[in-house]
Amino acid sequence: MIANFGFGVLVISFLVTLYSVFAAIYGERRKIPAMVESARRAMLLTWPLLTLTAGVLIYLLVNNHFEVQFVYEVTSRSMPTYLKVTAWWGGQAGSLLFWSWLMSAFASLVTLRKWDRDREFLPWVIVVACVTMAFFIGMNVFFENPFAQLYQTFDGVAPHTFQPADGVLFTPQDGRGLNPLLRHPGMVIHPPMLYLGFVSFVIPYAFAMAALITGRTDDRWIRLTRRWTLWAWLFLSFGLVLGGRWAYDVLGWGGYWGWDPVEIAAFMPWLTGTAFLHSVMIQEKRGMLKQWNMILVILTYDLVIFGTFLTRSGVLSSVHAFAQSAIGPLFFGFIGLTLITSVILLFHRWSSLRSETQMTSMLSREALFLLNNLLFMSILVVCFWGVMFPLISELFTGQKVTVGPPFYERATSPLFAALLLLMGIAPLSAWGQSTVKTLGRAIWKPIVGAIVVTVVLFTTYTRNPGALVGFFLIALVILVTIYEYWRGANARQRSQDENIFTAFWNLTGRNRRRYGGYIIHLSMMFMAVGILGIEIFQVETQGTLEINQQMSVGGYDVVYQDIAQFPGPDGREVTRAVLGVYKGGEYLGELNPRIDYYYDAQQTMTIPGQRSTLRDDLYILLVDWEPVAATGATFKIFVNPLVNWLWLGSLLFLVGVVIAAWPEKDAERAAVRSKARIQQQTSAAD
Amino acid sequence: MRINKFVIGGLLILGAVVFLIWTSTAANAEYFLTIDELNTKGSDVVDKNLRVSGAVIGDSIQYDAQNLSLSFEVAHVPGDNAELETEGGLAEALHQAVMDPTRSRMKVVYVGPKPDLLRNEAQAIMTGHLGADGIFYAEELLLKCPTRYEEAVPEQAGL
Repeated sequence: MIANFGFGVLVISFLVTLYSVFAAIYGERRKIPAMVESARRAMLLTWPLLTLTAGVLIYLLVNNHFEVQFVYEVTSRSMPTYLKVTAWWGGQAGSLLFWSWLMSAFASLVTLRKWDRDREFLPWVIVVACVTMAFFIGMNVFFENPFAQLYQTFDGVAPHTFQPADGVLFTPQDGRGLNPLLRHPGMVIHPPMLYLGFVSFVIPYAFAMAALITGRTDDRWIRLTRRWTLWAWLFLSFGLVLGGRWAYDVLGWGGYWGWDPVEIAAFMPWLTGTAFLHSVMIQEKRGMLKQWNMILVILTYDLVIFGTFLTRSGVLSSVHAFAQSAIGPLFFGFIGLTLITSVILLFHRWSSLRSETQMTSMLSREALFLLNNLLFMSILVVCFWGVMFPLISELFTGQKVTVGPPFYERATSPLFAALLLLMGIAPLSAWGQSTVKTLGRAIWKPIVGAIVVTVVLFTTYTRNPGALVGFFLIALVILVTIYEYWRGANARQRSQDENIFTAFWNLTGRNRRRYGGYIIHLSMMFMAVGILGIEIFQVETQGTLEINQQMSVGGYDVVYQDIAQFPGPDGREVTRAVLGVYKGGEYLGELNPRIDYYYDAQQTMTIPGQRSTLRDDLYILLVDWEPVAATGATFKIFVNPLVNWLWLGSLLFLVGVVIAAWPEKDAERAAVRSKARIQQQTSAAD
Repeated sequence: MRINKFVIGGLLILGAVVFLIWTSTAANAEYFLTIDELNTKGSDVVDKNLRVSGAVIGDSIQYDAQNLSLSFEVAHVPGDNAELETEGGLAEALHQAVMDPTRSRMKVVYVGPKPDLLRNEAQAIMTGHLGADGIFYAEELLLKCPTRYEEAVPEQAGL
């Protein structure tokens, strides 16, 4: 009964989004403002409606309504309540609903702003947002109904949206439970973060389309969505990092990123989004790359849909392919349709998107930004090629050929290195015209500094050429960034007579975007240190130990002390080992790698014992222990140098984005004031 | 002249990217084969990078925890999604593959910890090479249990 109610509300929200699309178009074409207003209100209605739908679903999940197929599939009686709530996005039908719900929230937020000067965008933003929403809600209504209930008929038990004529409601005793791999705090927030990032990229796209349709192709749409894009980027980046952290903590292979097709699917919109964030600055400052920005935002939007499609279709074999379904072709159709429509619109306005200025100098800021964009695009092409290669090769040779992580590592690492180099040079180059001489004067000090750092590392830490190149570039970027900061603060200190700390503070406050950006660059360097560390210097060993035996790896001595088996919470049996960790004879503490066996899912999960420092992580897996025949337990031990910098970097990244995205004080009013001044001047000239 | 400078730069980058992709693909391509295909090609593919998928036969799993040496047999499953659908979906195809003694099988050896998902009727995706002895030496082992996540409800579920 309650499930039927939920489905009813879902259908109503589907109809409301459709109405909103038609009302917006009709009102705009016939110039009836009341109609557009009605479309806007209809759109505002979707969020409460979908919230109610989601509320019903959560009620069913929390109260063990196993007659609902979705509830049966993702929850079980032994799961704690918070996991039952988050099981909402633990399966396909629920995560599609989650997508629509987020989309409606963002669409509502964006329509609540003051539209005074941008009225003409409104109907088209509504259309794009509601078409996207209608697609996702439609998926739920017609193909993946989260409220389908189990009915017993003569043919057996099957899920149905409506009660079949001869059917009787069937309630299983217990659900199958969420996959244990997903019962982790990282997994509880990773999908929402990623989805937040995915969904919020729809907003800049909607404005871009509105700009193309209305022909208001100046940079207004970019200025309006700049902050949205930053938040979208923040969520997407954080979603990616959290996914890595989850893999590191749960999957037990000592890594964080496996170049899995689904990881790449989430990474691809990040690449275009990052390129977009950089290239919009050129449009704002120099009036260039307008067509390019449109291409980037269209690509990002369709890669977002493509990403959702890859995770949900099961076309590619991957550890993430928890779901297989027939919705794939529909996703493909939707991507094709939006892509073609967007490209037609773009060509329609192509000539009005010409650059206002010519690019002249190869070393100017805008040329380096363009190069940065090309590099991001190159990485995208590598990723896309890797993901599509099996399909391409099958099409042309009939032989399915795949490429694994070594392909991506080899093809992308020179590109990433080039990006690092650019990150070092670009902040020092000038807009418009920049020569080797002026650039050289600015950069020689950081280069000398970076060489010193590299030499020190060469003598004390490593002789690996790849690592040294990496560390040189990282040192260069860090020094350049600090140098830039110092130059700015120093100038301010002199001119404004402030002490150095106030100068730093005000400098960042006055130019949040620039200095927030520098903090983001610094955070990327921290992450790069972590990635270099684990990729190049990871060492591992494995072996079977008797009690009180020890094993040594990477300077650590590990002593196997004890093992115990006991029932844990959420219906699992825990096998937990105790290991003492020593370094150079000094006792550092104990680690407890364990194996959890989940009765409901009949699956084991290997949880590592970790000891994290800035220098390295000791990461121990309990591989095997047989209580009866055991003479010992088997462990696999990794030493992952510097990996902690990756997680630290992601926290600094958060700080940087928040600074960059924080609303400027009275930005609008300041703009109005300067315009007023120009008018005064012109009238004075008369 | 100025435009040429940028065009040349762009072409150079394009060339470098094509070169990177081309050489990396050539060096790292893995041939995705089914077990039937592997058996017919036999010695042609010895020592090539291969990626093979098959249904795990539960009874054949042997694990030596001392040496972390794992061996098991896999049975042929179709590599094509459409073919899988005609067999009634992945879960059903895996089930049939394990039950059917006439299916071609292959022995797999893997050194490393035993994956949590390795069990009867799981789908194993193995990366490695075929030895001259006909045994598949896996360097990487990926497992999927479609039955765990999205399957039709069993007839008497929960009764």
